[in-house]
Amino acid sequence: MTSPITSRRSFLGLAAASTLGAFGLAACGTSGPAQPGGAASATGGGGGGGTATMWGLTGKPGESIRESTVEAFNKLGKGTIEVTSFQNDPYKAKIRTAVGAGQAPTLIFGWGGGILKSYADAGQVDDLTSWIGETSGFKDKFLPSTWGAATFDKKIYAVPIQTTQPILMYYNKTLFEKAGAQLPATWDDVMNLVGVFNGQKVAPFSLGGQSKWTSMMWLEYLLDRVGGPEVFDAIFAKKADAWSDPAVIEACTKTQDLVKANGFIKGFSSIAADTNADQALLYTGKAAMMLHGSWVYGSMKSDNPNFVANSLEIGNFPSVSGGKGDPANIVGNPANYFSISAKASDTEKEVAKAYFTDGLFTDTEVQAWIDAGQVPVASSASSKLSGSADAKFLQLVFDLVSKAPNFQQSWDQALSPAQAEALLNNIDKLFLLESSPEQFASAMNATIGK
Amino acid sequence: MAAITPVTQAVETTVGPTPGAAAPGAKTRLDILVLPALAFFIAFAFIPMIGVLLLSFTDWDGISPITFAGWESWAQVFTDPGTYHALWLTIALMIITWAVQTPISLLLGVFVAGHQRYRAALAVLYFLPLLLSSAAVAIAFKSLLDPNFGLAAGLHLPFLAQDWLGNPTLAQATVVFVIAWQFIPFHTLIYQGGVRQIPASMYEAAQIDGAGRVRQFFSITVPQLKYTIITSSTLMLVGALTYFDLIFVLTQGGPGDATRILALDMYITGFQANQMGAASVIALILVVFGLALTYGIQRLGGRDLSASQMEGM
Repeated sequence: MTSPITSRRSFLGLAAASTLGAFGLAACGTSGPAQPGGAASATGGGGGGGTATMWGLTGKPGESIRESTVEAFNKLGKGTIEVTSFQNDPYKAKIRTAVGAGQAPTLIFGWGGGILKSYADAGQVDDLTSWIGETSGFKDKFLPSTWGAATFDKKIYAVPIQTTQPILMYYNKTLFEKAGAQLPATWDDVMNLVGVFNGQKVAPFSLGGQSKWTSMMWLEYLLDRVGGPEVFDAIFAKKADAWSDPAVIEACTKTQDLVKANGFIKGFSSIAADTNADQALLYTGKAAMMLHGSWVYGSMKSDNPNFVANSLEIGNFPSVSGGKGDPANIVGNPANYFSISAKASDTEKEVAKAYFTDGLFTDTEVQAWIDAGQVPVASSASSKLSGSADAKFLQLVFDLVSKAPNFQQSWDQALSPAQAEALLNNIDKLFLLESSPEQFASAMNATIGK
Repeated sequence: MAAITPVTQAVETTVGPTPGAAAPGAKTRLDILVLPALAFFIAFAFIPMIGVLLLSFTDWDGISPITFAGWESWAQVFTDPGTYHALWLTIALMIITWAVQTPISLLLGVFVAGHQRYRAALAVLYFLPLLLSSAAVAIAFKSLLDPNFGLAAGLHLPFLAQDWLGNPTLAQATVVFVIAWQFIPFHTLIYQGGVRQIPASMYEAAQIDGAGRVRQFFSITVPQLKYTIITSSTLMLVGALTYFDLIFVLTQGGPGDATRILALDMYITGFQANQMGAASVIALILVVFGLALTYGIQRLGGRDLSASQMEGM
């Protein structure tokens, strides 16, 4: 008679354990190799020889450049930095748990924006404003537009690192020549080209719509062109009903017009950006245009160097007639950032600051980024770009970023995580034509303040 | 567990017809055997569950200090139409995956329980999906279903170039298909074990009575597999509550929220939107739902557990 009882109990256990499974596992998975501040400083020893910890991301070229830069810094005798690298998505959950548990590394790698703001609000990262002010010439080492995503209420909480990644328009020049068409300068040109390319049996725009943030890039640019940066600034400032601004409605309407006119490749919501299928559509000639981050230049170059050398044209997002936004504005990821954990010991903080002044963006590091085909956020990069094999692309990105009156950070990074999650979901519904612009606005208004 | 239930049934009936005859001392010792499992259950299921219950009354983003918020998270979850959508989707997915998987696994199980040599080779092939991790299965299907570079382009079959993961209805159907593809082998294995426990003499007697293959299947195989069906169904139905990795990798709950079932809703709310309070409420809904479901299924099949399946043997 024991058998039915045991099995029932196990079933209950199974039910309870498995329902908690996803929740529990995710939480367990984030504990990570925490390196408590106390232990690290204890091994550090006397003045100038402290040890700080740094977490970063795996993957080329960032990981190897970071490691060689840190190695060079460690030889200066101003302290030692220990680097641990993680994959992108696991890192995001891991760092959050580590920061929440007060076990963050000394140097916290991040993206600025809403997540950094939540660290700052919780008092988990140091306010660097006065230190940056006292360190002469430090602020000018970086491209000016990159500080915005690390500055809240005029206080700076992080230092820009790595490269700048604006979102750009990519064109397949061969298809434009075949169709006898010009690159679009305005939104009307865009809508005309949709007809032209559909007539040629070529998809006008490639889009990896399954990834959602890819669709978001369209709305970011359209809102900027239609209403200027002030509209999103109001949303960022959590003003009530900020999403109901007429510019938001117009940007949403224009997006849906493009969807309805078959502007995006058929089945775009089945295409995921992480498989690079959207880029492949452009270089295989199945789509004529694509809006994407500057990071796809490198991957297209390695997948199809011939196309990048002969058929690729790149430009800024077209203007919208009657729009308030400056057509020179850009959106994207201004930079990555390092902030200093508030829980780190004084010795660790000293080492981290020494790294900012003496380790970060040495000539060697700047050159390494340029050789990898990316634009570092250091102002010293400008003189080094012309020698690169990708000089044309790098110069274009550098000029766009350094001349842009406004560099809007990607919304999903700028907003709080709760809003960003709702935003991606609602943008997806907008692109599927499941919600109207008004429904989008009211759904998003409900998330303000979360 | 599946194979065990019929086995113990058989043992009980063959060894001793009086199940209550065990000495009281032996019973105590059996209870001790439960302790290790119980300790794990308390440490890894019960205590975290209490934690989740407490968290559901707080406002916590994972970083800031945890603050008490009363019923705020509960109100938020229960006034959000997304929750009811996710709940309805979970129930629909549970029923549909069960209805799709059960007949196929049952028939395949009966088939591979035969003793011919080629069946062993086929059985090995059927079990292959069982060896793959859900994430790998999802990534593979995501690539295969890509409308431009997937199976359709590779095989030059244009009708395969559908918007598999982009059209809400098709995406739901795709999820059911991929789940069935991955889990039917497991349930086939369970049914195979069950079928092999059925005494051959029953079929011999049925043949003498003139019953055909179909009649034998419905009058002997299916009734004899009662407990196997209950076990397999429990695993399917309760398992459906926790489909997570596969759907998360395949669709991330999209398009829109077309495949955002409760387990996904919980994860996204907790770890992407960082609303641990609301996520805890969703987790509790899942727990209550799962417990009620399991209890219901046990009731359904458990009322006459002592009834013999070997009548007339």
